[in-house]
Amino acid sequence: MSVAGLAKRYGDLVAVADVSFEVAEGEIFGLLGPNGAGKTTSVECVQGLRRADSGDISVLGLDPRADVERLRRVIGSQLQESALPQRLRVAEALDLFSSLQAGGPSWRAVMDDWGLTPKAGSAFGSLSGGQRQRLLVALAVVNSPKVVFLDEMTTGLDPAARRATWGLIERIRDNGTTVVLVTHFMDEAERLCDRLAVVNEGRIVATGTPGQLIAEHTREVTVRFSAPGNLDFLRGVAGVEAVDRRGHSVTVRGEPVIVARVGRALSEAGIEPIDMAVVRPALEDVYLHLVGQDGA
Amino acid sequence: MGPLGKLTAMELRLFFREPITVVFTLALPLMILYLLGGVFGNAAGDNTSPDGIVPYRGFGATNWYTAAYVAVAVAGFTLISAPTHMVEYRETGVLRRLRASAVPRWMVLASQFLTSLVIATVGAAVLLAVALAATDVDPPVNWWAFLAAYVLGAFALVSLGLALGAVMPTARAAQSAGLVLWFMLLLICGAGPPPEVLPDAMRTLGQWLPLAPVISLLQEPWLTGGWAGRQALVVVGIGVASLAVAWRLFRWE
Repeated sequence: MSVAGLAKRYGDLVAVADVSFEVAEGEIFGLLGPNGAGKTTSVECVQGLRRADSGDISVLGLDPRADVERLRRVIGSQLQESALPQRLRVAEALDLFSSLQAGGPSWRAVMDDWGLTPKAGSAFGSLSGGQRQRLLVALAVVNSPKVVFLDEMTTGLDPAARRATWGLIERIRDNGTTVVLVTHFMDEAERLCDRLAVVNEGRIVATGTPGQLIAEHTREVTVRFSAPGNLDFLRGVAGVEAVDRRGHSVTVRGEPVIVARVGRALSEAGIEPIDMAVVRPALEDVYLHLVGQDGA
Repeated sequence: MGPLGKLTAMELRLFFREPITVVFTLALPLMILYLLGGVFGNAAGDNTSPDGIVPYRGFGATNWYTAAYVAVAVAGFTLISAPTHMVEYRETGVLRRLRASAVPRWMVLASQFLTSLVIATVGAAVLLAVALAATDVDPPVNWWAFLAAYVLGAFALVSLGLALGAVMPTARAAQSAGLVLWFMLLLICGAGPPPEVLPDAMRTLGQWLPLAPVISLLQEPWLTGGWAGRQALVVVGIGVASLAVAWRLFRWE
């Protein structure tokens, strides 16, 4: 899938200014950004649910503006703000949606696969948030799509249901399906995405694996330990930017190389703390750096 | 069963899971028919007023009302419940969900049309069966012409409901608009007080509403065995125009 120069405006409001990214087969690709950054609009253009004002989009060789019917048959969607009729039952929903897009396995197998069989006779309206998401994901994959789009699927779920949903997403990828994940949760992106793009104000501000983004956009590590006495000599270690002490607890910040250097300096001074820990920056730090503190 | 059949079957099942809608759709016209029939009797010319106005074109009140109430029964579902239902689907994201699964616009409209038609027809059939079995109504003079009138009338009212569902911005608006139309049908289009006793202004207004020709179309074969040709054309025109509006203004979200 490739998207180049995508732009979309609603009247005077520019929802997407310039978005380009590529997604490789079989990966989980994330679009991460604050609310209103243009993530949802971008993926809806890619799915042919909205018409982009400009830009080139190709999904599995299909252009969503020209081949939208064919495209919808080979993709699966879990959309933000979509729902099923409250009184529709789980089994009926799977039966219906498997008949809408022919070509998948039997809907009973999908129901079994996603652990929905015990809920087969329950109405959509009576399901818990986690069960609803499970059903909506099952509906998104019921036609064995090659690409699945999942938009903000863990918003509003409790922590246990979120973790369970992450497991579902990894299962989709492990079955060979490409996943495009839209989220504003850092932990979700860091945990799930093989690669991701950070979107802010309608533009992509960074792309890469979570590790790459962290390495490229942060220059600091933090070393923490407990030790008594005067540690001012650590300020002289090359690469150290700050030494902070609160009681016996010491925090040293600086370039990544300071981990080894601080360790050596302490050891040479006869100080060997047993609780020394290195805190590496997380995706969250990258994100805040890229979109600004307000955007979070 | 193809996707359209599945979608329609789903809608029908969902309808029968809403007990209150079922009761409203099937029982309310019956109740009103029973009350009005009981009040006015069915002897021709029975209700001639002291100043000489002969209501119901001289026909028996129950005969007059039963034919009209077929339209009331149909409109109760197609103009109130059906549009509200479709707008709710748009508001809650059901239509988004269907669209993402490659359901084309025509299929959504067709399934809503078929669902509305089937339920309205069940309502009309229940009304007819009860009226014929339990009241002193005379059966239609010309059954075949009456059935033909029903097909055209139901087509128009179902299509009008689809158009309302496409045009109305919110479920609440759809419900209000449907109710207003339905009450007008009940009060000034020939299903309520006999047109002969309405003030001129109301009678004229009633005749210009799209519902009046449907009632006249149904009453003609029932009461006289004839066929209201001009009304039939108007009714078909309303149906076709409504379908065009529904198709043009349908929105997924």
